[in-house]
Amino acid sequence: MSSEDVYILGIKMTKFGKHKELDTLDLACEATFAALADGGVTMKDMGIIAAGNLMGGAAPIAQLIQKQAGQTGIPAYNVSNACATGATALRVACMSVKAGESDFGLAVGVEKLAGAGLLAGGSRKSDGDSWQRSGRYGAVAPVDGRIGTDTMPGVFAQIGMEYGNKYGGANFELFAQISEKNHGHSTLNPLAAYSKKMSLEEIMGDLMIAYPNTRPMCSANCDGAAAAVVVSASKLATLSLEQQRRAVKISASILTSDPFEEACQVLPNVNTLTRNAATQAYEQAGVGPADLDLVELHDCFATAELVHYDNLMLCEEGGAVDFFKSGAPFRDGTTPVNVSGGLQSKGHPIAATGIANIWEVCHHLRGEAGPRQIEGAKVGLAHVIGLASACGVHILEKSAA
Amino acid sequence: MAEQIPFVEYLTLGDDPHLVAHECTGCGARFFDRRNACASCSGTDFKPARVATQGVLRSFTIVAFAAPGIDVPFVSAIVDCEGTSVRANIVNTPADPENVKLGMPVRLTTFPIGSDSEGVEAINFGFEPAA
Repeated sequence: MSSEDVYILGIKMTKFGKHKELDTLDLACEATFAALADGGVTMKDMGIIAAGNLMGGAAPIAQLIQKQAGQTGIPAYNVSNACATGATALRVACMSVKAGESDFGLAVGVEKLAGAGLLAGGSRKSDGDSWQRSGRYGAVAPVDGRIGTDTMPGVFAQIGMEYGNKYGGANFELFAQISEKNHGHSTLNPLAAYSKKMSLEEIMGDLMIAYPNTRPMCSANCDGAAAAVVVSASKLATLSLEQQRRAVKISASILTSDPFEEACQVLPNVNTLTRNAATQAYEQAGVGPADLDLVELHDCFATAELVHYDNLMLCEEGGAVDFFKSGAPFRDGTTPVNVSGGLQSKGHPIAATGIANIWEVCHHLRGEAGPRQIEGAKVGLAHVIGLASACGVHILEKSAA
Repeated sequence: MAEQIPFVEYLTLGDDPHLVAHECTGCGARFFDRRNACASCSGTDFKPARVATQGVLRSFTIVAFAAPGIDVPFVSAIVDCEGTSVRANIVNTPADPENVKLGMPVRLTTFPIGSDSEGVEAINFGFEPAA
């Protein structure tokens, strides 16, 4: 191992779902202490903390966690990158370790979202008494619903339909089948918010939110937290053989934003920045899509999962529909995707998601995933995207020790 | 006739309603919002550019669940107007997948959304099937 390599030493996600009795800090601390215990270290060992909590607004979640879990005086970074917040926190911790500023780093993401409705476009100001121009479009009244939609189910529906327009074959039934796959996978995940198998008929017949996304095809708002402890390779070499055996190598840690392209400010382009992140990650890790034993990708909506098969180059360009129909992304397929149940079943406590998906991959690489274990998993990829936009891709490898 | 004003600044009314984009004189990138600079090349010089009123439906969704006060269902779409992408609602056709099809030709149309307390009527735009 090179001294520049960074490893996951400890990682944990809480049960996702409704935690009525627990507040944001309870969940964050539960994940933090579980990740520290998983790695066999304590808060005193940490050289940096990076944390995110979108619903908390400007509140400094990293320091609030420290005030419950241990105020050791280390640098604290509060990060915010929409649904990529957790991955961003991890990336910050990795950069500190890689730069040689810390031996150990802690990343935490936490959210209380159970019962939340639409996270964007959930309310609209009423029209004023007289038309007054405001905002960057000089609109005389709110535009949501009058010039397209601000809602996430609608935005991501358009992203999936755009793929269908370009390549064909993507229709309501196909998107619902993707959701059926993930709900099927979730039955093996005790930490998922929803772990009920759903038939295609149930999914297609459920409440329509934004065609073609029905309610079970949308990520589930829920409560949850996830935390990870990272360590430098040189420090890891001084730790116990058991710690070294369970450590997971971060072969690539990439964060991208969206480069300008025509239309990207009209409908978010989640494709190019994901493709760019994947390209960089494969190059950094020295692996290709065919080497992946499992992938956790950002299925915030069923329509999103399809486009990311292509963006992560799990299939040929334009081949996502055929890739799905071949059975490849099912847990017994060639490239199992979202064996956790994905965000549609596992749930999507937004700031926690970018660490929870890495926990899922690590769980398999360590051979600790129980009934849902992907046998012999050695390499996995975790992907998140947050609109505006940020994309995190991490490639993880089973420790050679 | 009541005074009419465009719902957004980038809509031009009159006998020939159309959208006007800010076009970067350096690289040709088009934007509909007020700009500080060009997101493509960082240039700061823009000229008004008329956007084609004919287009093709590149993507859409039928929004059934939205904020209180928004009439649902409605069709939110991305229209390719001869190379310039426009976000708009599809109007004058039922909001269902039998009547709204990817790739269908559409054209710009305008309609009033209401009058304020001074009797001024705001006029919005959308796209309707052109075939």
